Amino acid sequence: MININKVLVLGSGALKIGEAGEFDYSGSQALKALREEGIFTILINPNIATVQTSEGVADKIYFLPVTPFFIEKVIEKERPEGILLSFGGQTALNCGIELFKSGILEKYNIKVLGTPVQSIIDTEDRQIFADNLRKINIKTPRSIAVTTIDDALNASDTLGFPIIVRAAFTLGGQGSGFCYNRDELLKLAGTAFSYSSQILVEESLKGWKEVEYEVVRDCYDNCITVCNMENFDPLGIHTGESIVVAPSQTLTNREYHKLRSLSIEIVRNVGVVGECNVQYALDPNSEDYRVIEVNARLSRSSALASKATGYPLAFVAAKLALGYGLHELKNSVTKTTTAFFEPALDYIVVKIPRWDLNKFIGVSKEIGSSMKSVGEIMAIGRTFEEAIQKGLRMVGQGTHGFVGNHDIEFDDIDQALSEPTDMRIYSIASAFEAGYTVEKIHDLTKIDNWFLVKLKSIYDHMVQLKTLEKIEDISAEMMKATKQKGFSDFQIARFLNEQPGNMHKEMLEVRNYRKSLGVFPYIKQIDTLAAEYPAQTNYLYMTYNGSAHDIIPEKDGKSVIVLGSGAYRIGSSVEFDWCSVNALTTARNEGYRGVMINFNPETVSTDYDTCDRLFFDELSFERTMDIIELEQPKGVIVSTGGQIANNLVMRLHGQNVPILGTAPESIDNAENRHKFSSLLDTLKIDQPRWKELVEIEQIYDFVDEVGFPVLIRPSYVLSGAAMNVVSNRQELDFFLTLAARVSKEYPVVVSEFIQNAKEIEIDAVADKGEVMAYAISEHIEFAGVHSGDATIVFPAQKMYFETSRRIKKISRDIAKALNISGPFNMQFLARDNDIKVIECNLRASRSFPFVSKVLKINLIELATKIMLGIKVEKPSKSAFEMDYVGIKASQFSFSRLQKADPVLGVEMASTGEVGCIGENYYEALLKAMLSVGYRIPEKNILFSSGDTRSKIELLTSAKMLVERGYNLFATKGSAKFLSDNDVPVTTLYWPDEAESPNTLEYLKSRKIDLVINIPKNLSKTELYNDYEIRRAAVDFNIPLITNARLASAFIYAICKLQPEDIAINSWDEY
Amino acid sequence: MAKEITAKLVLEDGTVFIGKSFGFEGSVAGEVVFNTSMTGYPESLTDPSFAGQIMVATYPLIGNYGVPEATMVDGLPDFFESDRIQVTALIVSDYSEQYSHWSAKRSLGDWLKEFKIPGLYGIDTRELTKIIREKGAMMGKIVFGNDDPGFHDPNTENLVANVSTDKVITYGNGSTRILLVDCGVKYNIIRHFLKRDTTVIRVPWDYDYSNEKYDGLFISNGPGNPKMCEETIQHLDLSLKQDTPIFGICLGNQLLALASGADTYKLKYGHRSHNQPVLQCGTNKAMVTSQNHGFAIDNKTLSSDWEPFFENLNDGTNEGIRHKTRPVFSVQFHPEASSGPTDSEYLFDDFLKIVRKTKF
Repeated sequence: MININKVLVLGSGALKIGEAGEFDYSGSQALKALREEGIFTILINPNIATVQTSEGVADKIYFLPVTPFFIEKVIEKERPEGILLSFGGQTALNCGIELFKSGILEKYNIKVLGTPVQSIIDTEDRQIFADNLRKINIKTPRSIAVTTIDDALNASDTLGFPIIVRAAFTLGGQGSGFCYNRDELLKLAGTAFSYSSQILVEESLKGWKEVEYEVVRDCYDNCITVCNMENFDPLGIHTGESIVVAPSQTLTNREYHKLRSLSIEIVRNVGVVGECNVQYALDPNSEDYRVIEVNARLSRSSALASKATGYPLAFVAAKLALGYGLHELKNSVTKTTTAFFEPALDYIVVKIPRWDLNKFIGVSKEIGSSMKSVGEIMAIGRTFEEAIQKGLRMVGQGTHGFVGNHDIEFDDIDQALSEPTDMRIYSIASAFEAGYTVEKIHDLTKIDNWFLVKLKSIYDHMVQLKTLEKIEDISAEMMKATKQKGFSDFQIARFLNEQPGNMHKEMLEVRNYRKSLGVFPYIKQIDTLAAEYPAQTNYLYMTYNGSAHDIIPEKDGKSVIVLGSGAYRIGSSVEFDWCSVNALTTARNEGYRGVMINFNPETVSTDYDTCDRLFFDELSFERTMDIIELEQPKGVIVSTGGQIANNLVMRLHGQNVPILGTAPESIDNAENRHKFSSLLDTLKIDQPRWKELVEIEQIYDFVDEVGFPVLIRPSYVLSGAAMNVVSNRQELDFFLTLAARVSKEYPVVVSEFIQNAKEIEIDAVADKGEVMAYAISEHIEFAGVHSGDATIVFPAQKMYFETSRRIKKISRDIAKALNISGPFNMQFLARDNDIKVIECNLRASRSFPFVSKVLKINLIELATKIMLGIKVEKPSKSAFEMDYVGIKASQFSFSRLQKADPVLGVEMASTGEVGCIGENYYEALLKAMLSVGYRIPEKNILFSSGDTRSKIELLTSAKMLVERGYNLFATKGSAKFLSDNDVPVTTLYWPDEAESPNTLEYLKSRKIDLVINIPKNLSKTELYNDYEIRRAAVDFNIPLITNARLASAFIYAICKLQPEDIAINSWDEY
Repeated sequence: MAKEITAKLVLEDGTVFIGKSFGFEGSVAGEVVFNTSMTGYPESLTDPSFAGQIMVATYPLIGNYGVPEATMVDGLPDFFESDRIQVTALIVSDYSEQYSHWSAKRSLGDWLKEFKIPGLYGIDTRELTKIIREKGAMMGKIVFGNDDPGFHDPNTENLVANVSTDKVITYGNGSTRILLVDCGVKYNIIRHFLKRDTTVIRVPWDYDYSNEKYDGLFISNGPGNPKMCEETIQHLDLSLKQDTPIFGICLGNQLLALASGADTYKLKYGHRSHNQPVLQCGTNKAMVTSQNHGFAIDNKTLSSDWEPFFENLNDGTNEGIRHKTRPVFSVQFHPEASSGPTDSEYLFDDFLKIVRKTKF
């Protein structure tokens, strides 16, 4: 054992594409492991919504940017003896490498626990890594760098066709492609040399299987592989973008163990102490392989492997970093057997990514070698068919499984199969429909036939069901077979009703008929050793491929079921995990059995340690009812899991399920636009004028009445995207023809849009209609930026006292009218003291963890107690007593989303957030902005500042910047405005002007340190030029601000404060 | 839906599971055992240690990559552990008749039919495993129609005699001569020796090898209760009085123990998986091993000349023994793997190092 008493742990910051909730899970596990050893833990992570930044998880928490600068400051203050680098994703690892290289770790005599930094550096450098592997005769993809066409041909002789040609040193893959023969190579190499003097000729591994191993090694050189996984999508699609199964399905024993042994050899060679992920390409026609990637840290795959097997990789890795041997640790599922073992699964898991590409303008839907997905789900079953159909429902994009989905059509099936997009799996169903054979689909997709055959069996089964006339024609045997292939009651209802009426009613008929046939799902345990020994495990899933329950719930009325939040997506992520975990913890502390239902492998709520029972399963009505019928709980908490859980309320209520907290009817009164609107009218509370319209003409009439701009929400668009603000008739026409289908079935909601209004939110908890605690926060941006993208200040700093008083009154009135018991959130528009309600959710909101942590009152704990019927006192503390400020800023992932327009609007676009605390508004803002990747500009700032109002708004800021010695650059209009107001500025030509100095040229050569580009209006029909500037800023990693109010706040902050002025205070020091 | 033939799996405690047939349609009886490995059914099904047993696969999806062709390499069929399927029957949850692999030549079902081995799918193999693990040894039968074969305990017969070779066979032409006593040897053991420059003389389990010329003696794995192999034990007793290097695997480990005077017993929970953790006694060296055994050596009965070599990290049972002064050791697990992890393969090297040191 290493003798160490104080350890610094680095988090991964805001959730972003490629670095999401999995690191909250791994970090939380590491902290738990350290604290169990009595070690004092310090955590740096500005992601305030995480579980790891909650009270009692780490001893000291710093909501500061995870950058070398701030880490050094914390080190200087705290003087830790050790540091953990591998639990905070690439962000933490990169910081660790920098701190190592700059000698900071040595200077402060800090020991890196776990895998040595040099080993990490050696795996991060592709060339060094490939060379090291070659020394031990392990294969990596062959690649030859050439500078002439002749050498390219020679290289192709060595490698054999097909090959890939890549032009070196270019962005976005220009001049790259596949060649199948010499002629193609001659042509492509010619093009490639026009981009670059050097090209890489590489062997093509297209169509090879992609397989991963999660390896653990201890300081005694003992190694295990905890899990292997096989990608459904062959090589070419990033593993984060692939459907993945565990364990591998199409590998023989020899292949499985050959790759396993190689993984161990690699991990020994690297010198990992802890966890490591090894990715392979495996030839589908031989036992040949290539090592394609090694990650010597916890990863998304390791989180998935932990959940897939029940083996807590991060927890064990942290213990190993302290010097334990694997054989000295216990298996935390069985509690009796050793941690030195490899889990045996008796089920299959399927991971499916969740994309939100519809939320972005201009982004390509194609998936490939870089990651675009924002979340993922894991489905567990005992057949592939069962798991994949469960999984496709879990993704939450409105589909019901592999088949039975309306509105999914492909213009060109061949293209949809061969050029994968986020919808590829459904193009396979369409291909079956169009009569394609498995072989033909395989030729186009290279997906292994085994997977395709299984999908075909789902399709064939559907065809069989469709031949039946009515539900009662399904025999018990047929019903069982149907459920064993993962069909939902909804799918069955859809296949048997040509003209669907009330789907919920029809689905209930199927459900009741199925139950009358005695066809039920069974509860199975995940015990890590496939029932070889008895194990007391609470990690559960449900399956129809069984004949007995592993556990029989007590039915003693002591269970409280908490519905989780499902896949992380834009609009719902780690914050609801925090809420769910806190609801569970509170229920357990109050003596109830906390039962969790959730299926997101990146979460802490799906860690079986956080609850008494974990059902890793669907949050559908069907599955939730199955579990409720077995558990017969005291009640169900629906208000901490975001919108998925909330949407189930009325249907659960229809089955007389006890809902804890606010009555379902009240929730419906708030959720239903019409009912809520009339409630507001009754209470004489103002709201923006709106109408639900079913004809185009009505829309024009209504717009004539309220005037432009208006907010338009069409109902025909999957996942509610395509909400937009239009400012004139032309935009309205364009928008309606483009996006909306307007009919009785698909009405369009049009609301008056109030410009230049402040947006204010209240997060509150009420008990039987009486508000017990609240937090009022304000947005820095004016209304028009989605509340999930806005920068939020709590306590509100710049609000009239009168506004605050009115907001409290409205909230109290609504809480009373709806008799709220539990959490709720409301959003308001305020202009002068004119307050309008724009939204009301009778559930926890995205900002609950932020305000709870800033206020230091856990609003979810309070709400949960109330929902459980426990009498609570009003917390005595109020926001007015706080002598500090919290600011929540949003993290965007535009750099991952090629071609997407990085502009903010009424649709949410951010993938994550941070929350920082400061002694004043500007300090908090600076911390928060630096935490989401902004940098303090060195010297050059580009202004391209939209309409006159934004120009005026930014004038003072521009002057301050000049006083501070910054150089300003601007596009024509802005430059003229600034010069006219005596601000020195250099004019840059627009991107579409061929003249120099040009904005694009300045951006590409990184002469600009900050871009302020304000769109001219709120519509998304933006001019090419502005888009080019914004996109170039993102592509060349230059900080970009697109909102005038945020820009001016940020400029104020950087002009007032230097990094050195930022207080290095931990949470408890405020 | 094509009409499937169903059959019953009846356990001696009266439990009945109904499954659908995908192999040979004929009633059989045997001991029901489970195996928790997630891959390697062609290897496991041909492992002679499973003779007489109805194997239950806890991993639910079986048959995915079909069954390869038995190409002969060095006189041994590639991919298989003996010349035929050794199990009495196979029980799985979800069977893939349609398979996908470059090496596959036929489906698992067709292969079972060829060897007249019944196979059932559609059975809750997790539930079945939970029932049989508690029983130690559970007899069972597969009943098609009214053809009830009655229960039969294979442990009452000499299974080793059934699976051992009936003649002496010599493999390879290497410099070191290994005499291999075949109690039901897995071919991968022979392959491992052949890879290491040896000549392997494979002899029947009860063969008197005292007149054979060899440098090292190897006692193989095999099925059933070690105490049935009296002849082998007697021969071993003599060998132990000489200086010959001896290496044993699985049943070989138990036979060596019995020959040395120690005792064996039936485990409450047998070890039947690819993920058995073992620790070399007195070190921090741990390995993941492949195992398939229901009997174990009782450490307390080891004589003073012997010491435990390996122990199981899960239940602390014996996983190997070694002589304190002589070049003799054996292990309960399977260093030859196939199927399973290859962590302990080095033991073949260790043994041959000793053999060659003794020889020269």
